[in-house]
Amino acid sequence: MPVFSHSDYLAILLSVRVAVVATLLSLPFGFAVAYLMTYKRFRGRVALDVIVNLPLTLPPVVIGYLLLLLLGQSGWIGKWVLQPMGIKLIFTWKAAVIATSVVGFPLMVRSIRTGMETIDERLVQASRTLGAGWFDTIMNVILPLSVRGLIAGSILMFARGLGEFGATIIVAGNIPGVTQTIPLAIYEYVSSPRGDVMAMALCLVSITISVVVLIFHEWLSRRMTRAD
Amino acid sequence: MNLTVKVQKKLGTFYLDADFAIQGDRFGVFGPSGGGKSTLVSLIAGLRYPDRGFISLDGETLFDSSRKLHIPPEHRRIGMVFQRPHLFPHLNVRNNLLYGYKRCDPRYRNVTLDKLVNVMQIGHLLDRGVRYLSGGERQRVAIGRAILSNPRLLLMDEPLSAVDDSLKFQIISYLKDTCAIFEIPYLFISHALVEMRVMTNQVITVVDGRVTGQVTAEGLARDRMKGTIGYMNLLRLTNPRRINGLSVYRWGGQELFVSSDSSLPETLFELSSTDIILFKRHPEAISARNLFEVTVTSVFDTGVRLGVELKCGSEVLIAEISKEAANELEIKEGAQIYAAVKAVAFKSLG
Repeated sequence: MPVFSHSDYLAILLSVRVAVVATLLSLPFGFAVAYLMTYKRFRGRVALDVIVNLPLTLPPVVIGYLLLLLLGQSGWIGKWVLQPMGIKLIFTWKAAVIATSVVGFPLMVRSIRTGMETIDERLVQASRTLGAGWFDTIMNVILPLSVRGLIAGSILMFARGLGEFGATIIVAGNIPGVTQTIPLAIYEYVSSPRGDVMAMALCLVSITISVVVLIFHEWLSRRMTRAD
Repeated sequence: MNLTVKVQKKLGTFYLDADFAIQGDRFGVFGPSGGGKSTLVSLIAGLRYPDRGFISLDGETLFDSSRKLHIPPEHRRIGMVFQRPHLFPHLNVRNNLLYGYKRCDPRYRNVTLDKLVNVMQIGHLLDRGVRYLSGGERQRVAIGRAILSNPRLLLMDEPLSAVDDSLKFQIISYLKDTCAIFEIPYLFISHALVEMRVMTNQVITVVDGRVTGQVTAEGLARDRMKGTIGYMNLLRLTNPRRINGLSVYRWGGQELFVSSDSSLPETLFELSSTDIILFKRHPEAISARNLFEVTVTSVFDTGVRLGVELKCGSEVLIAEISKEAANELEIKEGAQIYAAVKAVAFKSLG
């Protein structure tokens, strides 16, 4: 029976924390972007669609490198926004959150959009003729009817976040106890001699968390179907 | 209601060019499917923008392209009942009903939930989820929801097209009575002539994106006799008695025998103009159960045949006969003749 070290426990906790924070942070933005893509016709819609979906097709390492260029000390955001405010992101767990958010974002938007597209346009029109403005309608009709999409998107993004590796290792590094998540810890064990057993043990932890999350999702959807 | 509309709108290859002004509380928009009725309604409700034009309701301008003015739908106080109920699935009946009421300026809250529930008899449904309602109940709740938003005008876009035939006229009477009780003017859109006649007084006709005329609902029905459609007399009959398997109603000061097993207190029947047989003199004995002495009040040409308006006591019937028959019967205005109708000729509409 392998015994986890302190930094292994920290890696497990950090993985969960990064995935949760990234998911919660992305939820409002994911909802807003999905709303724009589903209901609004505007100039630049195709461009937005491409940008949002780009992380799905780009290698995560490329995303990590672009983020590093953007957020690093000489990057646009790093130099002009973060440094004057005294914020340091690169090589902190926050950078891992950002990397995870960017990589998982298209999955979340897609799930929410799939749910939103099933909302009958007439419900939105009915709401408007009943005196609700557009924001009122978003909050009281579109949002509650998008709950399934929001849940599915969150679970998908959380699961994807747990496995984030390529982008994270570039912007957050692989510092045990600070930015090391489960995949990074596994990578380190695999590349060191006699680390196989520990790598396998962490793999099992990873599999367990994923299975629990998927079962939770299944349970939730069944409950919601019954409630309907 | 005082509605002025002068709008143009292009949708793909379809072009709507409507120009009309109407005054009255029970107006209809009649025309074939695909003629632009629904587009017109969505422009009035503010759900779509016209390309050009002007819309005003009761003196307030709702849209004016020359001033770039567009009042959004939520500020127009125009309620809408769609073809399907479109109830909010995440809310129960009560919260569906109150959706518009809560957003209505307290100054205009004339219809309240209690009053509405009373009139529409939907109290037992209030705490139900909308998925547990029957089709007819759903449409009733949708109508109630629109009325409870206390609109100054109610638009009804073929509200009965998705309802079973057997329920149609029950819902029609709900609609009509509720709007009358709460004094809500409406614009009723339909391609069904019978619905139009029951619901409205005045009708504008829309064909191929253009408003082609403004007539009375009755005039529209008589006008349509020129085609092959004929004319349907509509009789709203109440409180039947049962005699020898027939329902007997009081109608225009006389008794009317109808072959129907309806036990409802009020039933709407239709009777085709071609099912009325006219006699010059009293036939001594006939198989038809209904024989009335009637006065011819007018005769009009329907093309091949003649329409004859008959006064039976306090009621009016329209019969349709061939020109040869009219000659033989010496039909002219003021003539006293007899009309016979078989009890099975009445068709119950519900």
